[in-house]
Amino acid sequence: MQLLYQRGRGLIVAIPWLWLALFFVLPFLFALKISLSEPQLAQPPYLDWIRDVDDGLVTIKINFYTYLLLLEDSLYVDALLSSLKVAAISTLLCVLIGYPMAYAIAKAPDNYRLPLLMLIILPFWTSFLIRVYAWVGILKNNGLLNQLLMGIGVIDQPLEILYTPTAIYIGIVYSYLPFLILPLYATLVRLDPILLEAAADLGCRPWKQFMSVTLPLSMPGLIAGSMLVFIPVMGEFVIPDLLGGPSTLMIGKLLWLEFFSNKDWPLASALAAVLLVVLIVPFLVMRHYESRAAQESE
Amino acid sequence: MKKQYISIHLLCATLSATSLSASAANSELHIYNWSDYIAQDTVANFEAESGIKVTYDVYDSNEVLEAKLFAGSSGYDLVFPTARPFADRHIKATIYQPLNKAMLTNLANIDPVIYTSLADIDSGNQYLVPYMWGTTGIGYNVDKVKAILGKDMPLDSWRLVFDPAIVAKLAGCGVSLMDDPTEVFVAARAYLGKNTDDFSKTAITEAADVVSAVLPHIRYFHSSQYINDLANGDSCVAHGYSGDILQARDRAAEAKNAVNIAYAVPAEGAVVWTDVMVIPKDAPNAQAAHQFINYMLRPEVIAPVTNFVSYANANSKATALVDEEIRNDPGIYPQQETRNKLLVLKTPSEKEARAMTRAWTRVKTGK
Repeated sequence: MQLLYQRGRGLIVAIPWLWLALFFVLPFLFALKISLSEPQLAQPPYLDWIRDVDDGLVTIKINFYTYLLLLEDSLYVDALLSSLKVAAISTLLCVLIGYPMAYAIAKAPDNYRLPLLMLIILPFWTSFLIRVYAWVGILKNNGLLNQLLMGIGVIDQPLEILYTPTAIYIGIVYSYLPFLILPLYATLVRLDPILLEAAADLGCRPWKQFMSVTLPLSMPGLIAGSMLVFIPVMGEFVIPDLLGGPSTLMIGKLLWLEFFSNKDWPLASALAAVLLVVLIVPFLVMRHYESRAAQESE
Repeated sequence: MKKQYISIHLLCATLSATSLSASAANSELHIYNWSDYIAQDTVANFEAESGIKVTYDVYDSNEVLEAKLFAGSSGYDLVFPTARPFADRHIKATIYQPLNKAMLTNLANIDPVIYTSLADIDSGNQYLVPYMWGTTGIGYNVDKVKAILGKDMPLDSWRLVFDPAIVAKLAGCGVSLMDDPTEVFVAARAYLGKNTDDFSKTAITEAADVVSAVLPHIRYFHSSQYINDLANGDSCVAHGYSGDILQARDRAAEAKNAVNIAYAVPAEGAVVWTDVMVIPKDAPNAQAAHQFINYMLRPEVIAPVTNFVSYANANSKATALVDEEIRNDPGIYPQQETRNKLLVLKTPSEKEARAMTRAWTRVKTGK
């Protein structure tokens, strides 16, 4: 019985690992393999580094050139830093806007909560691409926003928003806000109100209550939500492409260029691999410290 | 070369491409063409006549088509790349199949001058059949530009988009360049009066410097956005494809919004391009693709397409059937004097092309 139980548990644990291996590790290994090959004008557009030269004779020729180029050409480091900046600012904006919203929904009366949550989720019923494209119509020089502002006399020259970094931030915050609100709401709504009552009874003022009770307890939701914003924004391509001007260089756009314009699959794969490492290392470090902190507190 | 409604098409195309079954029945034909690059009833008429069911997908850039072809098993039977540098590279990469000319009985209708002009990239004309051709020049808002630059300024010049003093004056009105390194760098070298076949490091840097000098005054780099913006009067000067700018002119005329657009082939020289029909090597139904090419080669089929898309076709027998207004439009069917100024693109090597893309990205971001 004990053995059966252990086996069953092993099976359940194996499923997510299998999922991870199949949809994360395997594709990553493919990309890694291509990143070490040489580009060529053929189908597929790269030369495998393990090749059958003659019957049975196999040559292995690994090409590190792509990684050297990534370091050599400042374009890629610039793009990485620029993507990090955009992702960090967008996440911060999402937190500043999303936290009060999630908090308000969690504190709303029961019969309001579901409709309010629906309002957050509802935009997902329209295609992401169409929603981003709609912003072009709102932000452009003779678009809705400028017409409105000029109509009520706030400005007399149209604001240049479309094709600027501002438009990118608007698009990103708009698109990713629900990803921050939903996990945060889930944490906040489970928060025991008794804790706040206890704090109040002990003479804690509302602001202090929030800072020393609500905020620390909502940290898991806040971190999960921030990750859900930060990580996809790093590789975001559609929003900067449709709303941004040429001055904002992002890794997603460079990936597109290397893959499509340059047909340089090895370089594109190397770039993707580096991006993954850049994203995953801080995550692992954080997990390491989290589990250590958990052990210490036990 | 039409690039509208950008990535929405791209997405649709991706979805339908993945749903193609490997074993396409003999009565199915999968075509992948530029968006807005055919008349509304062309495909329906072919279906009615041949009984072949056509799946017609569209793309908005050569790069998207190219990526799909290089990945292999695209599932498409007929594609429409631009001859230089794209189809040239594709032939070298051996991803196309030679045409069975016995099935192309209407091939004689093709303009022999255009057909032989492709022979240097397609020896013996084995693979490519020319479809439409056009030029890449400058579109401008006649009244606004004349008001800013004065009546006497010649407007058929690359100075309109590359001379910093002139572009600075036009900046408030809106100046755009195409988001295409080859097109822009070749235009910049034509502006400098330098050899446009040179893609060496120095040549690329010289061209990049021209763009950097006007960068602060360029509103955006895009290869289709200017159609709407010119037509609405949002933008004053655009570097773009002939047919797209003429389409902007026609839209403005239809809207009666008093926006008056003109197209100019710059006197320093402008790129002439040809889009071609070609069958991928792994096409599931090459037979039907041949049938469709032969159908498109009929003068009475291709003439309405030209009427609809404002690009000249490569069919000399069709010219007489094209609307007089379009046939006599020097922006669509240029006169010999203009034709002499046109530049045929040389295909850069893979290395040169990559250096160009990277230089282009750097220039655009001001790095």
